[in-house]
Amino acid sequence: MNKKNKFRNRIKVKRSKYVLLTVSFILLIVSSFIVSGCSTDENQTVAQFTELIWADEFDVDGAPNPNNWGYDIGTGFNGWGNNELQYYTDRPENVVVQNGILIITAREESFQGSNYTSARLKTKGKFSRKYGRFEARIWLPSGKGLWPAFWMLGNNIEEELDTDLSTLQWPFCGEIDIMENAGSKPTIISGAIHGPGWSGGSPILKEYDLGNDRVDSGFHIYGIEWGPDYVNFYVDDVLYKQITPDDLPSNPFPEFYGDVFTDPVELEEYETTWNKWVYDQPFYMLLNLAVGGLFDGPPNAETVFPQTMLVDYVRVYKNEFDNN
Amino acid sequence: MKNINYNYLKIILLFGSIFTIIVSCESNLWERELSEDAEFATFSPAAEVFIDGFSGGLSYDPFGDSKLDAFSVDDEVKYSGTASMRFDVPSFGDPSGPYAGATFRDAIGRDLTEYDALTFWVKASQAATLNSVGFGEDFEGGKYLVTLSDVQVTTFWQKIIIPIPDPSKLNRERGMFWYAEGPEDGEGYTFWIDELQFEKLGNIGQPRPAILDGVDVNEPTFIGNMYSINGTQTFNLGSGLNQTVSAAPSYFSYSSTDPEIARVNEQGVVTILDAGTARVTGILGGVMAEGSITFESQGDFDAAPAPPDRDPNDVISIFSDAYTNVAVDYFNGFWAPYQTTQGGSPPVNVGGGQVINYTDLNFVGIGTFLDVPTINATDMTHLHIDIYVNEPLDSGDFVSLSINNDVGNNETSGTITFDSNALFADDWVSLDIPLTDFSGLGDRSQLGLIIFVTDATISNIFVDNIYYYR
Repeated sequence: MNKKNKFRNRIKVKRSKYVLLTVSFILLIVSSFIVSGCSTDENQTVAQFTELIWADEFDVDGAPNPNNWGYDIGTGFNGWGNNELQYYTDRPENVVVQNGILIITAREESFQGSNYTSARLKTKGKFSRKYGRFEARIWLPSGKGLWPAFWMLGNNIEEELDTDLSTLQWPFCGEIDIMENAGSKPTIISGAIHGPGWSGGSPILKEYDLGNDRVDSGFHIYGIEWGPDYVNFYVDDVLYKQITPDDLPSNPFPEFYGDVFTDPVELEEYETTWNKWVYDQPFYMLLNLAVGGLFDGPPNAETVFPQTMLVDYVRVYKNEFDNN
Repeated sequence: MKNINYNYLKIILLFGSIFTIIVSCESNLWERELSEDAEFATFSPAAEVFIDGFSGGLSYDPFGDSKLDAFSVDDEVKYSGTASMRFDVPSFGDPSGPYAGATFRDAIGRDLTEYDALTFWVKASQAATLNSVGFGEDFEGGKYLVTLSDVQVTTFWQKIIIPIPDPSKLNRERGMFWYAEGPEDGEGYTFWIDELQFEKLGNIGQPRPAILDGVDVNEPTFIGNMYSINGTQTFNLGSGLNQTVSAAPSYFSYSSTDPEIARVNEQGVVTILDAGTARVTGILGGVMAEGSITFESQGDFDAAPAPPDRDPNDVISIFSDAYTNVAVDYFNGFWAPYQTTQGGSPPVNVGGGQVINYTDLNFVGIGTFLDVPTINATDMTHLHIDIYVNEPLDSGDFVSLSINNDVGNNETSGTITFDSNALFADDWVSLDIPLTDFSGLGDRSQLGLIIFVTDATISNIFVDNIYYYR
């Protein structure tokens, strides 16, 4: 067993104790950590990559194209790790294509022990890509407790307990949140990355305020342009954040594993493993509409159901400066 | 790749639609040039009401019964710029007036259709709750009156947003701002308003209009009855908070499922014209209002028998169209928390005459002892009262009447109960009760209460012609 595998085994042993650190924990974001300032290159234009390599325009009514989309079903562990309240289904009541629009509907109903239903789509196993421009045109829902997201996970994520050494558990696989919105803040969205040392409640996150507009009164384009050593986040024609390896914490000390390494060799390995830019491998995309959870708390008496998240298209453009 | 093809197709379609829009815009411009001679009346789109001074053409019109000098311009306290509006709310008993209230009117009227809210900054000399602020009070009926009630203000400046229920209605609005505020716990105080203006915020959304508090109401009624329907508009502000304002009926367009039975005009006044059932709903700005009222008209109202002519010295009338009535404190002294009875205050006009309609009745009282003289019925011999049970009667149903003398002091009372055999369903019964039958009452020189009790066995009654006589 080489050192890497030894280290990986160590992680697996610890996982049973820190079971929260599973893929279901991915979207845990408490916005207490907001990167101040913005290192965006002001000369940068929003959309540089124009060679379309994958798209779903949702032109066929009915269930979403099964060649593009699969589903997460159920409640995950502890509401997908975030105390989310919905039961995810692939029923047409929760996810359907109509008139050129993907409609994800969150409903208030008793279903399989949950009080809400909704849907979470993913391209895992169908499409993944390293680098490029990933964008979607979305009309977001409205109301406290709604938590829509358009996001990505490293394709090498380990979702099951296994011994496949080619997979990694979250957050080592990496996560890029292209767009998240707390329903109680109708003018604000955020983009973020999660990785080893900056995850859960401490992602590298940037909010963007639409100001004189709302996410729930019309479509907006939410996207990233991603290349070696950077991820650019944009809304419509505004580039609002660039994240690079320089933004990573200089000395991460994750609470979950920080106390287990007494061997200096292991400690060094641990530190180099954690403080690592993991956005250099294929990622797949997810679209979901959560209800409740740690991002915006539960719905309140004024929240109206059903609520819909309307997706006009999802498009991926090739990073023209990277021939992968 | 098929998707790409679709993509290009969409782009082509998009350009096509842009082209179409441009063409139509030009044609509009052209039409406008042609129609210059038509001289459409247009009104100023000015947004500012008070920034550091009044915008031109504005007048301050205090409400007639208010403290007339409550308002002044303050160049010491301001949110920004050089001055703010200062309002001095009187204390209880202030001889200059019991409250501060006024409207600020534009002399000609403004076109506010491009804005979505009236906004201002406010602070006060103490934490307080502003009773009412809004716009649309033009002293000409307030057709597009808007009221934001119970605004919490503090000693720090905060911005208040009053959304316009439907801006397209306001192509000539004179009422730029109005307010009404009384003492806080009897004490006067001062509040300041600055940067008062109409704005296009752009982040006001999710309109949820409602009529009748968003409830679906069933209303038994009769021909000739009239109802006024009130509505609200709720917007979600950019902050995520829902802001509800009351919106004048003219913001709504109402419809009746049967205008031959219930006709509703643009002021939101419903008139019952015939027997039958009709449901009235409203739309505000293209959005269906939550709530409705379903009128169940039973036809002509069968009025209570008209009382005979009497010498005024022989009658003390509490409630009757036939005699001169004494003053009363209330027709429904709602006694929380046990009383459920609604109605009675004020009496309703049914088929042309005044009548009291108690609903959800368990018990209710008519008072004549608080702010009005008590009734001296020493020389009277009878109590007359007409009761109409507006529902089917069951065997256990009853109405008890009590009369109380010298309420709260050396109080005495007497009670008489009428069971279902003494009452009629859907018809009047005229009761003439000798006052001596109210055993236990004794002295009747200071009568202060008449109390109806049904313990909810009967929940809906009409009452008319309540008087003592001899």
